[in-house]
Amino acid sequence: MIWNNNKECMPREQMRELQGKRLHKIVDYLYHNVPFYRDKLQQMDIKPEDITSIDDIVKLPFTTKQDLRDNYPFGLQAAPQSEVIRFHASSGTTGNPTIVGYTRKDVGVWSECMSRCLTAFGVTRDDLFSVAYGYGLFTGGLGVHYGVENLGAAVLPTSTGNTEKHVRLLRDLHVTGIACTPSYALYLAETMEKMGVTKDMINLRVGAFGAEPWTENMRKEIESRLGLKGYNIYGLSEIMGPCVSYECSEQNGSHVCEDHFFPEIVDPETLEPLPYGQPGELVFTTLTKEGMPLLRYRTRDLCTLYDGTCACGRTSVRMGRILGRTDDMLIIRGINVFPSQVESVILSMPECAPHFLLVVDRVDNLDTLTVQVEVRQEYFAQGFDTFEPIFKLERELAAKLRSVLSINAKVQVKAPGTLERSQGKSKFVIDNRILK
Amino acid sequence: MTIHQLSIFLENKSGTLVKVLNLLKQEGIQLIASTIADTAEYGICRIICSEPVRAYEVLKAAGVAVSLCEVFALSLDDEPGRAADAIALFAEEGISIAYLYSFLLGGKGVLVFRTDNAEKARTVIESNGLGIIAEKDLSKLV
Repeated sequence: MIWNNNKECMPREQMRELQGKRLHKIVDYLYHNVPFYRDKLQQMDIKPEDITSIDDIVKLPFTTKQDLRDNYPFGLQAAPQSEVIRFHASSGTTGNPTIVGYTRKDVGVWSECMSRCLTAFGVTRDDLFSVAYGYGLFTGGLGVHYGVENLGAAVLPTSTGNTEKHVRLLRDLHVTGIACTPSYALYLAETMEKMGVTKDMINLRVGAFGAEPWTENMRKEIESRLGLKGYNIYGLSEIMGPCVSYECSEQNGSHVCEDHFFPEIVDPETLEPLPYGQPGELVFTTLTKEGMPLLRYRTRDLCTLYDGTCACGRTSVRMGRILGRTDDMLIIRGINVFPSQVESVILSMPECAPHFLLVVDRVDNLDTLTVQVEVRQEYFAQGFDTFEPIFKLERELAAKLRSVLSINAKVQVKAPGTLERSQGKSKFVIDNRILK
Repeated sequence: MTIHQLSIFLENKSGTLVKVLNLLKQEGIQLIASTIADTAEYGICRIICSEPVRAYEVLKAAGVAVSLCEVFALSLDDEPGRAADAIALFAEEGISIAYLYSFLLGGKGVLVFRTDNAEKARTVIESNGLGIIAEKDLSKLV
């Protein structure tokens, strides 16, 4: 099923023409409303009138996560505060979260694109859809919620937590669809088994899974344990939230909502654009956004784009699976975690040495994060004699990490000099999750 | 009234204890008593030894997570019930024992412990005339 036949199946030439017009408009809008972009464009000697077709996008400057941090909180916001009706925030690496403001039109576009995703998954007005992404600053919960309402299906805003109650509602209300992280879907299956609820006792038939990397094997497992068909959904808060791309019934890559988000693949080293079919760093330009439009935003996600009309009828470009990251970001329970965030917390504790290790595991299908940190020898020399000061230090660290990372981390104090010293940044992390 | 004790933070990993004991061995420092309290990930090794101050310096220089603490050491007659009688005196005053271990030395029972209130504990020991062990006497015995 297709929600917006006109846009999703638009002939390529017509789409490129539309994208060109919108690109010109957004560059003009940014030139006049965001000093950061005006300065960049002026430095490169580019005027809005130089951008006349979508091919001109290669002339435009890139935007990075660092630019977002440097302009915290409102530096990249283009719309006046009076036009903004919502803010979301995602975790930042240096204590500064990324703040994204949405105008009423932005929320409308988001809901429209989200409706395209859900329709592609086979969701209709007759469905009762449980949104089990976290509601709040994270874009997952509210993003999917508005899309379900826009489509006309009923929302069950379950959010995360209280999984047993969730299982009871799935069963008693005959819930037919669910959106959550793939790892939460497996946790849900586990909880059902513990409660003696079989997949035949529930009516789930559609699952929208995303916000963290997952594999074909996980898809098969989720589908067989919950008795539904699982679809991939992709998005990022800087660009919008979940809705940027989605799988169709063919499950041959994820269709990008190209009339709103223009995708490119570039070589992460040279930043040269790469042709369809070649893997590289995914870059998005928002073509219609008002709150915080971004030009050529480097997602740090590695993937491949494919063109060609899909058997489903859609003409839009498709994204392959995310192959990895070009930075050290971890996605834990759908939340972005940077080792540098952990480092900043550790450096703020005088008891701790600047040596730490992040250990990521998947226990009972839920991601867990353990932070091992060395405590300075001087700290022990100052009259350490019982466990209580160590427990207290672990509790304090865990509380600080929770407030910075927005997830619970287990803290393990290590003796001085016991963690392996290394040069490479990646050595700060041991990821034991099997995602192959 | 108190004696020196080494408290060492050790991870639950083979080889960590041996490293500490070898350092003491190389310096000719002898253990008089030792105990390990453990959790799932790490433990505290508490040691009474022949030259605690020097032992502390040696371990510290080697990078060991060690502290030099002062603990009470009572000398009791080597017969049934003496430990119960002694600890009851502290309980009556509402003093809690944080940890305790005991050993026999030179025909006497020795109780080593830390309380949650050192000042009050000191008063209990003095007013009841409890036998205490001085550090120099301990060293003489080894």
